[in-house]
Amino acid sequence: MRTLTTDPTPGAGLPRSEAHGLAGTAAPHESNWLHVRGQARYIDDLPEPTGLLHAAVGHSTQAHARIRAMDLSAVRAAPGVIDVITVADVPGHTDIGPVFPGDALLAGELVEHVGQPLFAVAATSHGAARRAARLAQVTYEPLEPTLTAEAALERQSFVRPTHVQLRGDPDGVLAGAPCRLQAEMRVGGQEHFYLESQVCLAEPMEDEGVFIHTSSQHPTEVQKLVAEVLALPFHSVQVEVRRMGGGFGGKETQAAPLACIAALLARRTGRAVKYRLSRPDDMIQTGKRHDFYNTYDIGFDGDGLLLGADIMVAGRCGYSADLSEAVVDRAMFHADNAYCLGDARVVGHRCKTHTVSNTAFRGFGGPQGMMIIERAMDDIARHLGLDPLDVRKRNLYRPGRDITHYGQHIDQHVLPDLIDALEASADYRQRRAEIAAFNRQSPVLKRGLALTPVKFGISFTAIHLNQAGALIHIYTDGSIHLNHGGTEMGQGLYTKIAQVVATVFRIDLSRIKVSATRTDKVPNTSPTAASSGSDLNGMAALDACEKIKRRLIQFAAERYGVDPDAVTFADNRVQVGADSVGWVELIQEAYLARVSLSDTGFYSTPKIHYDRDTGQGRPFLYFSHGAACSEVVIDTLTGEYKVMRVDILHDVGDSLNPAIDIGQIEGGFIQGMGWLTSEELVYDAAGRLLTNGPATYKIPAVSDTPPDFRVALWRNSPNREATVFRSKAVGEPPLMLGMSVWSALRDAVASLADYRYSPPLDTPATPERVLAAVMDTLDWADRNPATGNMADDPIDGTTGQSTGEQFGARP
Amino acid sequence: MIEFYLNGQPQRLDAVDPNMSILTFLRTKMSLTGTKEGCASGDCGACTVAIGSLDPQAPSRIRYDNVNSCIAVVGSLHGKHLVTVDALAGARPHPVQQAMVDHHAAQCGFCTPGIVMSLFTLHHAAHAQRQSPSEIQMLDALSGNLCRCTGYRPILAAGEAACRQDPTTDSDTAVPQADASGWLDNPAMCAELARIAEAHAILELREHGRYDAPQTLDELRRLRRDHPEARLIAGGTDLMLEVTQQLKQIAHLIDLTRIEALQQIETRPDGLQIGAAVTYRALEPILSERWPAVGALLKRLGSSQIRNRGTLGGNIGNASPIGDMPPILIALGAVLELDSTDGVRRLPIDDFFLDYKRTALKPHEFIRGVFIPDQDPAALLKVYKVSKRIDDDISAVLGAFSLTLNAGIVTDCRLAYGGMAAIPKRAHRAEQMLIGRPWDEAAVADAMAALAEDFSPMSDVRASADYRRHVAGNLIRRAWLETVSGQMHPSSTFPTTVFDYAHTHD
Repeated sequence: MRTLTTDPTPGAGLPRSEAHGLAGTAAPHESNWLHVRGQARYIDDLPEPTGLLHAAVGHSTQAHARIRAMDLSAVRAAPGVIDVITVADVPGHTDIGPVFPGDALLAGELVEHVGQPLFAVAATSHGAARRAARLAQVTYEPLEPTLTAEAALERQSFVRPTHVQLRGDPDGVLAGAPCRLQAEMRVGGQEHFYLESQVCLAEPMEDEGVFIHTSSQHPTEVQKLVAEVLALPFHSVQVEVRRMGGGFGGKETQAAPLACIAALLARRTGRAVKYRLSRPDDMIQTGKRHDFYNTYDIGFDGDGLLLGADIMVAGRCGYSADLSEAVVDRAMFHADNAYCLGDARVVGHRCKTHTVSNTAFRGFGGPQGMMIIERAMDDIARHLGLDPLDVRKRNLYRPGRDITHYGQHIDQHVLPDLIDALEASADYRQRRAEIAAFNRQSPVLKRGLALTPVKFGISFTAIHLNQAGALIHIYTDGSIHLNHGGTEMGQGLYTKIAQVVATVFRIDLSRIKVSATRTDKVPNTSPTAASSGSDLNGMAALDACEKIKRRLIQFAAERYGVDPDAVTFADNRVQVGADSVGWVELIQEAYLARVSLSDTGFYSTPKIHYDRDTGQGRPFLYFSHGAACSEVVIDTLTGEYKVMRVDILHDVGDSLNPAIDIGQIEGGFIQGMGWLTSEELVYDAAGRLLTNGPATYKIPAVSDTPPDFRVALWRNSPNREATVFRSKAVGEPPLMLGMSVWSALRDAVASLADYRYSPPLDTPATPERVLAAVMDTLDWADRNPATGNMADDPIDGTTGQSTGEQFGARP
Repeated sequence: MIEFYLNGQPQRLDAVDPNMSILTFLRTKMSLTGTKEGCASGDCGACTVAIGSLDPQAPSRIRYDNVNSCIAVVGSLHGKHLVTVDALAGARPHPVQQAMVDHHAAQCGFCTPGIVMSLFTLHHAAHAQRQSPSEIQMLDALSGNLCRCTGYRPILAAGEAACRQDPTTDSDTAVPQADASGWLDNPAMCAELARIAEAHAILELREHGRYDAPQTLDELRRLRRDHPEARLIAGGTDLMLEVTQQLKQIAHLIDLTRIEALQQIETRPDGLQIGAAVTYRALEPILSERWPAVGALLKRLGSSQIRNRGTLGGNIGNASPIGDMPPILIALGAVLELDSTDGVRRLPIDDFFLDYKRTALKPHEFIRGVFIPDQDPAALLKVYKVSKRIDDDISAVLGAFSLTLNAGIVTDCRLAYGGMAAIPKRAHRAEQMLIGRPWDEAAVADAMAALAEDFSPMSDVRASADYRRHVAGNLIRRAWLETVSGQMHPSSTFPTTVFDYAHTHD
């Protein structure tokens, strides 16, 4: 560089100006203007390279079968087809299992789920590739499929060994407990339904390498798998992720197979290859949230305090392990949600079925684990005639009851106060009484109310993933280029990390640009998952900034002859003793003095450990918390319902960006609500997914948003752990706030039996399931007439006689 | 050749695949990638564009409708002004865009262009009428736009902020900057569009097929006679799924939307005559006025985008067992007009549906219109749609009941259902249980029980047979609960559907 630029920032020469967009402020998402103008580029929007080909795969129509013959002649002869490959054409690895082996890139002789890729086609257009892929003649020898978690349990068919966490003597405690209940429940899966379906673009490089644009939460894993499949050193594969059109866990491992196939076809043809899944192909071929079959056996006292629990969680993993080991672990770690189980055994099974391999989805098994204990809380309350909120509050972790079933000590007790505050701000008690009165009068419609907490452990349970890197360049105009290992899927990670950098140097956020995540900038990254994005990458960026800042301080102290302590950064300037130096001025002086203005940062999470042999440890650095109070109204003639009001208080520590955090909470809640209500995955008896498009799979739409929706952050509760600016992770925890809707639906149904009975309500609680619960409850009430004893009415002391005639559906 | 305007610029097309969607045209032919593909089936709204049509009442103005570009064919653009998000990308943001940013209403951003376009059409209409949209209009505008990230609350807040009209503001200063140049209602463009509307439209690409857009019934009759294999298309909201989902190539499409006779709604002395190509959107005002229950149903039929394109004739001709209008038309005793070179024949709609997706329509015929006879003033119409989701969902069961009560006696009734059989169908046995009897709980119970003789519904992704059976009966019960007087029964003083409840608690 021969000359330095003059400071281009208007107003930068002014004496002092408060820096905009620092951590803690509601800075807009860095891409918002591009989003609203349609200018944010997703992979399918990139200018297409000359000679671009399009990929598609032919997939299995059988859940479990041996392939006897596969005739691809019609595929090869189809218009526009340039190349067709099978597993025999793969030069390197053919197994692309991310953690454990078992995921075939293209099937060999055996197929183990409907939708399993058999061969791949490259053609001159997206349509030509898809049409050609349908022309294969495949002869199958059908084998018997295992399709459900329960069937797999019966056959002891697992993708990974069963794991047990044991604390104390649950069998003894259960045998001696004053009260004991047992139940089972099925918790449904969930399709991610990211609006941008899986997509990548592979370009052959001048040497043997490839450049991959992918919509992936885990660029490093894409790099690794592509390199292994092509039998190349990792350095020959570069992977870039600018942004995803939604991820939610669905792009943690599921993006890699596409990249491997596109890269293979690109190397073979010497042409760029784009591989984009149509929506139905995406829904059929890629993994989803695990559905679970759970049971509990609990013992408690007359006040509803849990004394012991024996809990089983069994996740339907599909045909391969994928991430299921950790998913079922997390279900086990969250089988207590926010409650001390007492003496407890938690058993987790990884059921192998002939269905698509289920994968990460926001919450990662945690939500499925929590559902069983939330069911138990309602069941205890109805059994004892208590308000479910009182039972929940009584069982919260608190000093003295603060060791989890896996041995972690709970040392920050946020929920007792948070729940009290929400109970008050949501008028829980008053509405409870009002709703009970309404339900006694209203013949068809019944209202329900529930307040449920969330306590969610933060850290990857695979300990080695808890690391991150960052790369920071300061240019001589004072602008900063920032890279880190995290990926942007809409959650605002890039914005938050840029805010961290702005805060270190106390300069305007507009000076900082976060560019696409690339494997050649920050290597060996972890997936952006487990809500860890800002915790890990924020700390790595902080580390890089602090290194540069130390050099700048040292330089300034020497140049101006002051003590390093006298150098401070504030308001877009640097105070050096009595002198105030502009940011750009200091950077330019440092450059001329040959001070390095670039550095890397690194972070690894301290304190965490877990021993699989004993099932004990401290797997989480800390917990994020929240609680939601939801009110619903149900129709006892059809099971239809509507969520009327939702109040949420959520703990994000000291928020890095309250607007983004609120957005995560609202969006997470609605996604969790959808999981538990309208989003139903239906398979037929042959293992085919019938709900393979948005016409049949119903994620929440605009009218499902509660008309009264009040979301607030829990203030003045910094993280006790030394996270980035004492913030807390927010990506996954709010999803589980949706449990309050499910519990409120159950509450509304329970009103039909004067809250004396807690009907089973498997999820998703579709209108059909709600109606079944209504009928079950009316049936129960017929068989168990109210005694008329005042004490039996848990709500307001009135007798059960005033409930009036019920006009709900009777069998 | 077809002619239209794209973002203010004239376009002419003659060599393009007539099956091509507007979305594919934008993304691959015009390199306009602001409009996204989320599902290619008209269910997610990521591909939403605004399509401007000359207002027949005021030809100097253009009405903009939000439309799913993924299932709308390019041929349908003839004489229209297609506006995409790319046109709102100038230096000065549109108020909708500003509000979306101000309210943090985009996260991953993939659905955002479609949401911007839906709100743009709402904003344009609100501004034209100088009237802020109601909450219901806001939900309606966004009913076909799925967002997986935000939970919609900030989007609703942005929409409200952007579309709010201040009647005290001088109209000139109220013109949003992005509209200030007047390009959305440019008089020269309007004049040009009027001229184009008169011009013949045909798209032909030898290897792909042909797209005819006749302007008269005679032309249509001849085309239908000479090309019985050609497929009729109006909104194409269902037909296009064969192209985008089943990857079929439809060799010959005949567009019905340019024939004035098919677009008319006519009040006759004895009833209402509705052209087959009238969209749900156009139907809504008149049907809502006559039968509020139908108006309420129309708010839940498809999405805003679908209602802007889908037609009454399409819903009938498609003969789906789960179409929402046929049971209502059956309950209202509607008569179809089937037209061809042989003349017009009238057929009660009950007799039109023969079996699953099979109708009495002959290969050279087309549905010209629907006649809904005036109802007995004492007749009540009840319409209940049951589905998993409020917006844009297909019914598990739809019940449409016409009941005539005379001094507490049921003198006439038609109970029609969708989702209960291979075709939309009346429950004749259940009707017999009611006619001539007092409208009381015993009669209702008998009618509910008789449904078992009328229907053997199937189990599918939307509901089990048991649920369908059960709900079908309960819908009769609901009709009874809603119609008995408050003194007799407390139910009629309480809402009986969650939708009514929600509206009374707004």
